[in-house]
Amino acid sequence: MSVTDAQTPIWRHRTPKARLALWGGWLACVALFVWCWEMMTQRTIWAFVYDAPRAAGDLLGRAVPPKWDYIDSLIWPLWDTMNIATLGTLLGIILAVPLAFLAANNTTPSRLVLRPIALFLIVASRSINSLIWALLLVSILGPGILAGIIAIGLRSVGFIGKLLYEAIEETDVKQVEAVTATGASQAQILNYAIVPQVLPTFYGISVFRWDINIRESAILGLVGAGGIGLQLQASMSVLAWNQVSLILLVILGTVVLSEWVSAKVRHAII
Amino acid sequence: MSDATTYPTRWRKPPMMVKSRFWRIALTLGAIVYLALALSTVEVNWARVVEGMSRAQRFIAGFLQPDFTSRSRDIWIGIGESLTMTFTSTVVGVLISIPIGLGAARNIAPRPVYLVCRSIIAISRSLQEVIIAIFFVALFGFGAFAGFLTLSFATIGFIGKLLAEDIEDIDEKQAEAIRATGANWVQLVNYGVQPQVMPRLIGLSLYRLDINFRESAVIGIVGAGGIGGTLNTALGRYEYDTAGAILLIIIAIVMLAEYSSGYLRRFLK
Repeated sequence: MSVTDAQTPIWRHRTPKARLALWGGWLACVALFVWCWEMMTQRTIWAFVYDAPRAAGDLLGRAVPPKWDYIDSLIWPLWDTMNIATLGTLLGIILAVPLAFLAANNTTPSRLVLRPIALFLIVASRSINSLIWALLLVSILGPGILAGIIAIGLRSVGFIGKLLYEAIEETDVKQVEAVTATGASQAQILNYAIVPQVLPTFYGISVFRWDINIRESAILGLVGAGGIGLQLQASMSVLAWNQVSLILLVILGTVVLSEWVSAKVRHAII
Repeated sequence: MSDATTYPTRWRKPPMMVKSRFWRIALTLGAIVYLALALSTVEVNWARVVEGMSRAQRFIAGFLQPDFTSRSRDIWIGIGESLTMTFTSTVVGVLISIPIGLGAARNIAPRPVYLVCRSIIAISRSLQEVIIAIFFVALFGFGAFAGFLTLSFATIGFIGKLLAEDIEDIDEKQAEAIRATGANWVQLVNYGVQPQVMPRLIGLSLYRLDINFRESAVIGIVGAGGIGGTLNTALGRYEYDTAGAILLIIIAIVMLAEYSSGYLRRFLK
């Protein structure tokens, strides 16, 4: 009896080879992690790290309670931040709409030359963060809100352009054919067949990007591009942590508000 | 008799978004007033802009003829820090976010745990990476370790939220079948939940790896190590050809990461 028992094959989820491969994969991941950890912490000064809990307590003690009357000098920077986000989004839209039409497979005038160029511009804009754009522009244009607006605009081009050209490619071909059948010109086809189909998506994307831009423009001041980030930078450099905590609260409030507005608007449109 | 109803002879395109005429005009006016106010606050120092144009030319020249060699040591250190920081922080962030994601799923966690985990996720998501990085740099000193902590913290909110939503969407029948065998909570998670959410968790982790690399290029600007610090130094020295080289490397790595993670995710599905 016991002989047959021993010969009954036990069901396993994976074959021995697959188990070995899985185990090897996990081992490689752990080894890579350890190696990366060693590389990363090579230049870490551990004394600071061990000191961190005490430093955190100290910082918290200085940051609470926030210095409430500092709010007077935050109103204008906040207005600047809103303007950077809104005007930057507008600039992004103005640049992104033609790019999206050039990049979409069904509307591009030349598939060989213009489409790859438009796609490259969209990818390049997307892979560089707005803070890096701001860093470049501040060194070119000088500090101020203009550099912030252009930085936000250049970063938004990739986002809006990508989502919009995907929306254009997904439009219903039948409507385009129907308008073409009336003898419409290229411009009329765009205006009457494609634009009405992508318009709701377009408004949705723009408001969504505006919401993201509010967050991003709050920190652009760290590199000198205007807005409430300038105040943050100034307060931090004089170690006025009770002002810093108030600024963070204001930023948090603005972000929550803009998220609420954007959710409402997108809900109403779509 | 003769004055029959006159029909319009020309077709007018119906308004697409706002139906009421009053609101259309009011919104347009409001937008114009806002634009005028906002544009009037933009102060441009034209003398400074003209001066900057020569710099812009040098920057474009530097971008077209990037200099990879003269600062290659700094660039290599920066890239190395960014990549190792990205990988370790994604691993640690995902490992921490798994229990938090389990706790933040309404269908398998008791209510107090659910509330605690959801608030951890909300805190992590509402603060921006750069702001967290500033604090971690102040606490843990300059360098990649602060960046590692920042990215891990940001990863917790991202993966935790999406994982919790995914767990809430699982097929309840499979979980019920496991429960019916008399399984305890750990077995339920292991056999009823984990097989359903694993492919998506791997996809999300790869996506976050991609995001963490982009962010690692940014948080270096506030002192948290990595390629961003190198870029900041290069721009501070007005070495635009080195800055151009760094930006090209960032774009190349981001594109590579995007395509390979897209490919991997399709392969894993």
